[in-house]
This record gives sequence, C-alpha cells and structure tokens, in this order.
Amino acid sequence: MLESVLVANRGEIARRVIATTRRLGIRSVAVYSEADAGLPFVREADEAVLIGPPPPAQSYLDAGAILAAARQTAAAAVHPGYGFLSENATFAQQVQAAGLTWVGPTPEAIEQMGDKINARNLMHRAGVPVALGSTEPVTDAAAALAEAERIGYPVMVKAAAGGGGIGMSAATGPEELQTAFETARTRAERFFGSPAILLERFIERARHVEVQIMGLADGRVVALGERDCSVQRRHQKVAEETPSPGVGPKLREHLLAAGVRAGEAVGYRGAGTVEFLLDVRTQEFVFLEMNTRLQVEHPVTELVTGIDLVEQQFRIAAGEPAGFDPLGVAPEGHALEFRVYAEDPVRFLPSPGAITQWEQPSGPGIRVDAGYEAGNNVTPFYDPLLAKLCVHGGTRDEALGRAREAVAAFRLAGPKTNLPFHADLLASETFVSGDYDTSVVAGLRP
Amino acid sequence: MAEVRAEMVANVWKVVATEGDQVEDGDTLVILESMKMEIPVLVEGAGTLAKLHVAEGDVVQEGDLIATIS
Repeated sequence: MLESVLVANRGEIARRVIATTRRLGIRSVAVYSEADAGLPFVREADEAVLIGPPPPAQSYLDAGAILAAARQTAAAAVHPGYGFLSENATFAQQVQAAGLTWVGPTPEAIEQMGDKINARNLMHRAGVPVALGSTEPVTDAAAALAEAERIGYPVMVKAAAGGGGIGMSAATGPEELQTAFETARTRAERFFGSPAILLERFIERARHVEVQIMGLADGRVVALGERDCSVQRRHQKVAEETPSPGVGPKLREHLLAAGVRAGEAVGYRGAGTVEFLLDVRTQEFVFLEMNTRLQVEHPVTELVTGIDLVEQQFRIAAGEPAGFDPLGVAPEGHALEFRVYAEDPVRFLPSPGAITQWEQPSGPGIRVDAGYEAGNNVTPFYDPLLAKLCVHGGTRDEALGRAREAVAAFRLAGPKTNLPFHADLLASETFVSGDYDTSVVAGLRP
Repeated sequence: MAEVRAEMVANVWKVVATEGDQVEDGDTLVILESMKMEIPVLVEGAGTLAKLHVAEGDVVQEGDLIATIS
C-alpha cells in the first residue's frame, strides 16, 4: 500500500480522501491556500502545507507549488480529487516525472478523454453510441451555422476542452445559435484556454445517467452501477441517485457494458465515470463525456455497494488487486445525494459569508461529506459546495423519507443555502415519482 | 440618483459600460464573478451612468456601491 498521499484539493473532497488515508494508516499531506487555513481538511491531515494566496491560479492550480510541497513532505503519491488539476494530463506527467505515484489514470487516457471531440470520435470507433455532432472543432460562426444545418436543430453548443456545463447552451434556430456560439467561445477561452467548440444534436427530454467504472491493476475494467444526475441547474448537478429510476434491467445491462467498453478503449486504470444522455422517449442513450477522476457524487455508489472508491484508487495506484470481488458487485437498496451549496434557494446566486451555525444531521442511512464547520468563512474564490448530504435506504421510498428528515434537520446559518430548494424537490410530485428528466429544476423554479 | 450595489462578495471580472453612457432598464453595467459563476449587474430604470465606482479586478463586498445613475 502507499506510504503517504498528498491531496491536491480542498474542502469536502480533500477531507473525504483524508478520511480513507486515516482508516488505512496512510500518512496524509494537505495543501491549502490562505483562504482555507481554518477548514477541517487542513487540521485533519497529518501535515499541511500552505501553497499560496486564495486565487486558484496561485494555489490549487499551481503545479509547481504543489510539487514543491510534495518534495518538502516526502509524499509518495498525489491524489488530485476532482476539478482543479485532476484532469490535467501535464500535471499527471509532472507528478510521475518527480518519481511520485499518480492516483489516477495514465496521462494518455486523461488526454484522450479531455478533448470532447476526440473522445466522441474515439467512442464512436469503439462502438459506444454517440449523438450526431461535430467530428472536428468548429472555429467560427459561419462554420457553426453550416454544422447546425447538417446536424439539425435543436443543437447543443459546448466547449471541446470544457466540462461542468460552463459555456454550454442549446439553440433551436440560427439566431440562437449565433448567441450560443459566441457565449461558448468566450467561456471556452476564458475557462479552458481553448476556443474549440463542438455542436451536438440536442435531446429534448433527457436523463443524465452515468456509469461508475473501475480499471483494475490487472487491466480489467468493471462497472459499479449507474447514477442518475438529471437534477441540474445551469447544466450543473444538484442531486443524484442510484439506481436510476429511469433505467430498467435490460437498459442497465447495455449502459454498464457501454461504460466498460469506453474504459477499455483508453486502457483505463482507477476510478472513472462515463456520462450518457438517455432519451426518455426512445430509451436510446449516447455518450456525453468521460470524467477521468473521482466524481463528486461517488458516495451514492459507495452507499449501495459498500465499496470505498478512494481505497480502490489507492490499491490500483499501488498495483494491488481490488479490495472487492470484481465479478460479485451487488448493489443494495437506494441512495441519494443532495449538494448543499452556498447560494440562494430561488435564483441560485452565490452567497459567500461566515458560517455562524453548522449542525448536520446524523443517524442510520445518513452520511454527510462536509467541507466546512461553524466558524469557517465561505469565500468567493471557489465553487459553492458546502457539503454533500447523502442518504441510503432499503427502497427509494425509505431513502426519500430519510432525506426529508435530514434536510429539515440540517441547521446552517450565515451564507444562504439551497437547503430550502432540496425540501421543495423532495416534496415535488415529479421528482418523487422518479419519472423526471433534466428539466425538473426549471419546472420547480419557473 | 439611483445607486447600484453589489448583492454579494465578488470579484469584478468585466466592466461593460462607460461613464457618461445612456443606459436602459436591463443593460449590463459590470460582470461580477463569485464562486466560479459570472453575475451580470443590471440597470434598473434608465438614465445616464454618472459614476462607476469599481474597476476590473476589484473585490466588492455585499452592499458596496458599484455605480451611480442619474
């Protein structure tokens, strides 16, 4: 097993990774910015190194500062969490070149999946279904118009190097396309340093369903079930669940097989997530993208399988066999995750500020992955995720009941939070029925 | 005189309008950035942009004055 791990991240995910290092007796090293000095993850690590001022470019995205911290603490491995440098192939290479173990897939696999156009083409060749769309970057508005004509409206416009829904929008005709293209290009340059844009056929009633895969040290790729992430605002996930209420046994078999095929196509190692869009009407699914790292919503998979995904990442990175029977994964019950964001619950605008009260729910079937506690300050420099409230029950109904109680019991004061939104979601007939799609939030907040 | 104030702690990402501009209801004055999100600050009412109190790169606190419209 690894002797020590530097966690190149912050907040709830850094804390969650450190929790597994503690359980396994691995020495942990946290890195933090000046804004995060008081957060729990800094205190809970065995060692912590200040790497820079609050802006991400000068701290959590500063590969040099992170590698220097690894040298200083003689860390043996780097776990990147999600976001920041987690899908940066150059950083993965630098980590390996420094003689450290990278807890993630090969830099080549990251690179191949990082460019969405390349990933689409690759998946198509591997026999994974993809939506009708661009096979090469769309560089100007005229080319976008021609491409949209070829694909047929409505189309989705997005950054080829992007993720997280940033800069993504749908267009139903040429005029909207013009705006969507300009928006996507500006955002793509600003956030991802590349203006490459791709267009894809837009599916009007879709569920976002993803497959958790694990590439084992012996080269096998296995699937650990699916997650439904259709509850989104601004194309960003707010709540997730497993199993998906919109996926029957036969469809699940096809989805998981496609997820495994996607991983095999890039020789995937470690934890990864293959995202699909499921057309509610036709029950057909297409590849959306692959996230080559631990996913935010991984706890729901852990709750139903009993497998600690971070432990598996460590084992695989160390070249060891999985700590579970790869052929005997049998999910039990139903799990949901609710992302508690520092944002107002109506317009979803960010709400940084000092946390004056933090009392989180606990009890059977309840898990809270929290990045903060009372007395911390939520700064405007990072994403608004405060905590992930997760519930597990024998059935979906039981899990929903636990979720309602847990949301009501979560006492959080200071920044505004979206907890009232989650209460509304859990009271909404559409969500409770399970028969919902990616428009469910818009339906609740017209 | 109408005052436009920041609704939250944020970084001023882009200044869109210029002092002296005639502005209308719904026009964008500046774009703030907080928690990886862009938040346009819009004009309510109409008039002349008399004074911009922020510049790109500034950090504003909740309630800080962003612009004065006359």
